[in-house]
Amino acid sequence: MSKLRILVPVKRVIDYAVKPRVNKAQTGVETNVKHSMNPFDELSVEEAVRFRERKLPVEEIVAFSAGPAKSQDIIRTAMAMGADRGIHVVEEKTELEPLGIAKLLQKVVEENKSNLVILGKQSIDDDSGQTGQMLAGLLKWPQATQASKVEFDGDNVTVTREVDGGVETLKTKLPMIITTDLRLNEPRYASLPNIMKAKKKPLEKKTLADYGIDATRRLKTVKVEEPAQRQGGGKVEDVDGMISKLKELGAL
Amino acid sequence: MVVPIRTGLLRQAATCLRQNRATPVRTLSRDAAIRRLASTLAILEQRDGKLNMSSLASVTAAMKMGGSVHGFLAGSNIKAVADEAAKVEGLEKIIYVENGDYDRGLAENWAPLLVENIKKGGYTHVMAGHSAFGKGLLPRVAAMMDVQQISDITEIQGEDTFVRPIYAGNAILTVQSADNPKIVTVRGTAFASGAAEGGSASTEEGTDPKAECPTQWVSEDLAKSDRPELASAEKVVSGGRGLKSKEEFDRLMPPLADALGAAIGASRAAVDSGFADNSLQVGQTGKNVAPQLYLCAGISGAIQHLAGMKDSKVIAAINKDPDAPIFQVADVGLVGDLFEKVPELTEKLNSA
Repeated sequence: MSKLRILVPVKRVIDYAVKPRVNKAQTGVETNVKHSMNPFDELSVEEAVRFRERKLPVEEIVAFSAGPAKSQDIIRTAMAMGADRGIHVVEEKTELEPLGIAKLLQKVVEENKSNLVILGKQSIDDDSGQTGQMLAGLLKWPQATQASKVEFDGDNVTVTREVDGGVETLKTKLPMIITTDLRLNEPRYASLPNIMKAKKKPLEKKTLADYGIDATRRLKTVKVEEPAQRQGGGKVEDVDGMISKLKELGAL
Repeated sequence: MVVPIRTGLLRQAATCLRQNRATPVRTLSRDAAIRRLASTLAILEQRDGKLNMSSLASVTAAMKMGGSVHGFLAGSNIKAVADEAAKVEGLEKIIYVENGDYDRGLAENWAPLLVENIKKGGYTHVMAGHSAFGKGLLPRVAAMMDVQQISDITEIQGEDTFVRPIYAGNAILTVQSADNPKIVTVRGTAFASGAAEGGSASTEEGTDPKAECPTQWVSEDLAKSDRPELASAEKVVSGGRGLKSKEEFDRLMPPLADALGAAIGASRAAVDSGFADNSLQVGQTGKNVAPQLYLCAGISGAIQHLAGMKDSKVIAAINKDPDAPIFQVADVGLVGDLFEKVPELTEKLNSA
């Protein structure tokens, strides 16, 4: 089978356990909080590393991120988990939209001759769930989204994906795009020696201009608001209390 | 002398401008212009020759745009489904493409199919449900048309302005798009599907580019159930980590669901621990539900779970931890051991 040249895009997002707060200006959320790698992207890195451990012919695993200087921390994390090198497109001003990222990734794929891109199915900040499919559309490659299992048989790839009401299995060929579902694997923790080793792995810094990408946003943020707050209705003493309260509320 | 006249003129001009900006007539004519111009293609889903009723949420959303709405269908023996869809209220025309290659909803050949038909119809808006099918397909279509898609909208504020939840529903974003067409996926629970009867749309065959599909559909394994479908059920009972095992989940939850005529859901913890099937997961990365009643047991209420159920009309919770975050959103909270309370509740509901 052809050698796997895997690209794994990762995104720095507000840690999943932090409850985001909308800022006073209603332009976004407070970002002065703990950040981590997007949980779905950890699954992508883990899956790529497991391919190598399964003795598949993995030639290289490249971790990629676009964003502010701090994004390089999560590229280092990906390298500590087993990625071989990193590419960081440093962009401080504009937060790229999925279409912009997909166009950028298309260039990165061409430049690095990647034949497999594994992305998270969505980032937990924007919740768009678009980038992988957009990249597949631009490259005209097959796509398998929300993957919970990936198997290789030569150049044939069989992917089980999570769909409404169950799972479905697809078969396609490299090169292709895969997006990860939570069921795919359980990401490892980077060990201290691996974190130290990752510091020595090559990390290339680039800019949008290097790839000739126009980062102008297509969507204009009109405002960001706190959701309507639900008020808990208090507690009842026993099951009878629960039933009568539910009747009172018209739910039974 | 000169000064008062100038001031007067300025004031007059300012008044005119203000009036111009505020006159209702002008707003109306602008809306009317949009109504004339807007035309939306609503992507409908079908399975084995049956129209998927929950995909009609895209029609409901499309009707809010105010212009003409066409429905789109593709697959084998599709004319019969198109005739069924023609009765859906609000649709002016059904565009259908008869070709078995589209039966499995694969994005690789569906995307070129849609791009062709969107271009041909000159639509200003394209809408599909935020289902597994819509999520997989529409971004691919959007990229091919150089459009930034808007995902999972919950509200339409104007021809170009949409509202969607971000950060697991912890923030609500209003965005404006200048793209053409505007490509949107719609949260089903935010746009109840309209009437399946009463419409009289015409049907018309669409363009089939017959793009090659490099991907082959192999098989599927769908959880079978006689219960109402989770995403559209009126009532949902949901179990979490507190149920401790699959055996307990299967012992306690189905009888409670039966007593209420409810669908069964689960938290990620319950799914990860193997208590329940993945397809039952409610939350940011699972299903979004907004039933009349969401009754949960043994669920603490992590933000990712709340993201999927906090638009429920009434939330009831049973949990032994009085400080569990679920009680902050529950309309009815019962602190207690679910292994006692759930069977008692089931029994009392059955005998009521």
